[in-house]
Amino acid sequence: MNMRLSYGMGFILLVLPCSLLVAFTHYPALKALLNSFWNNGSSIRPSRFVGVKNYQTLLEDDKLMQVLINSFIYAIGTVPLAIALAIGMALLVNSKLPATGLMRLSFFLPTMLPMVAVANIWLFFYAPGIGLASQLLNAVGLPSINFLGSTNTSLASMMVVAVWKEAGLFMIFYLAALQSIPTNLKDAARLEGAGSVRIFFDVVLPLLRPTTIFVAVNALINAFRLVDHIVVMTRGGPNNSSSLLLYYIYEVTFGFRDFAYGATLTVLMVVILGILAAFQFWVLDRKAHYQ
Amino acid sequence: MTEGLNRIAFATLAIVLAALWGLPFLYSVWTAFHPEKYSANFVWNAPLTLSNFVEAWQAAPFALYFLNTVILIATVLVANLILCTLVAYAFVRYRFRWAGFLFSLVMVQLLISPEILIVENYLTLNNIGLTDTIIGIALPYLTSAFGIFLLRQTFKTVPKSLDEAAQIEGASAWRVLWTVYVPLARPVYLAYGLVSISFHWNNFLWPLIVTNSPEVRPVTVGLSVFATVESGIEWSLVNAATLMTTAPLIVAFLIFQRQFVANFMRAGIK
Repeated sequence: MNMRLSYGMGFILLVLPCSLLVAFTHYPALKALLNSFWNNGSSIRPSRFVGVKNYQTLLEDDKLMQVLINSFIYAIGTVPLAIALAIGMALLVNSKLPATGLMRLSFFLPTMLPMVAVANIWLFFYAPGIGLASQLLNAVGLPSINFLGSTNTSLASMMVVAVWKEAGLFMIFYLAALQSIPTNLKDAARLEGAGSVRIFFDVVLPLLRPTTIFVAVNALINAFRLVDHIVVMTRGGPNNSSSLLLYYIYEVTFGFRDFAYGATLTVLMVVILGILAAFQFWVLDRKAHYQ
Repeated sequence: MTEGLNRIAFATLAIVLAALWGLPFLYSVWTAFHPEKYSANFVWNAPLTLSNFVEAWQAAPFALYFLNTVILIATVLVANLILCTLVAYAFVRYRFRWAGFLFSLVMVQLLISPEILIVENYLTLNNIGLTDTIIGIALPYLTSAFGIFLLRQTFKTVPKSLDEAAQIEGASAWRVLWTVYVPLARPVYLAYGLVSISFHWNNFLWPLIVTNSPEVRPVTVGLSVFATVESGIEWSLVNAATLMTTAPLIVAFLIFQRQFVANFMRAGIK
């Protein structure tokens, strides 16, 4: 153990495998930073150094401002809702009610489906007139809503889809945590005269804290890097009302072929994720006394 | 008495939530198995049909898409298992300068994952001429920080004495890896494999960017192309295609439900 690594072994064990990692993680991240100071070249005119011009564009980009606000609402809206639902689902599945197997299937199935399939299913569900959402509204005497076609509802509709897909996965983590809580803790509380509600808030919930931190961090990062449903369902529309940062990067780069601005937006994305990571370390530090 | 009422309230909540959660999927199933005119029209004795599936299967080269996905998943999985094992082994068994710093450099990929580096990675692929190939889709994912992390955690639990005993017997570094470390990490390989397969079966944006031709499209991209261009707005076909392309995962889940859930938990919590 702890032997010295010879150059030959080091090359095979570390350099070869990690060169792939560097080529598609560190290199592109640094390359994006470099490219953000250059403009787009063409076959006639090579790209040239433009300083912070791309960043000036970024600051004056109204569309980007809306995309960032959307991303913020999307993250702040979906993460706590998915977590709350996941805890509820885990409690139900963990209870002594009949048919918990069927419940677990119903909650977990969306997690197994690819986001593209989920998007198709919800595209149909939301379809004006024929979709089940419209039919349910009509059945109780309300007019149908064009969920994806209106700037008021498109982002919220995307958030529902994201929560539907993710909550089941989080439920699994909470289920594991619930099953590891010793029953004698709950028994002791019950002997002291605490009711079910009190036991949940004063005994169970504090013990779920590490799980909640783990799930929240993952959910937050996921909220920034999963936009498949936007591509399939709304293409960021109408009028950018459902566009998220990664979708905007995709649109700018591969729709408008503006690779220089795409690189600049990538830098912004990396900075945002970096801030989230720093925040994560700070939170994890504070919960250290719990372990 | 109140406990009894609580139980009823709890049960009602359970039924409502589970039913609500199942609705979108069940609606899709209903439409896929019924003729077009019943797609939004619930009559209990509406005739069942499989013709939507047959028609969707014939309308687009789904067999080819499935094959591409399987090749993609297999490539990534084999590369991941080998490469992540090597790196984790180096970090656990050997001592070298800047090991801690190098490990945190590797872990950067957990945060800045290939999904957000689509712009520059596309340019890289373009420069080496690998756009529109399956290996091009796989390339950014061949080494995985998550896999390295999981395996390092596992290899660390291997008792020192086992390693030393093998060395005294004269086993080489490769033999120690293969006969001591790898067998003890078998459940972790299984857990990682399941997570990796479901991730790459579901991955969409990067393959969409990299591929142009049907010959290399994975199932997810094929499905989205089918749903937008080839079938117009015929919902029963779109739903049939959606179910068809996800069926292998659903069937696998139903068969391996217990192991799946247990492995997801293991992979997530460690």
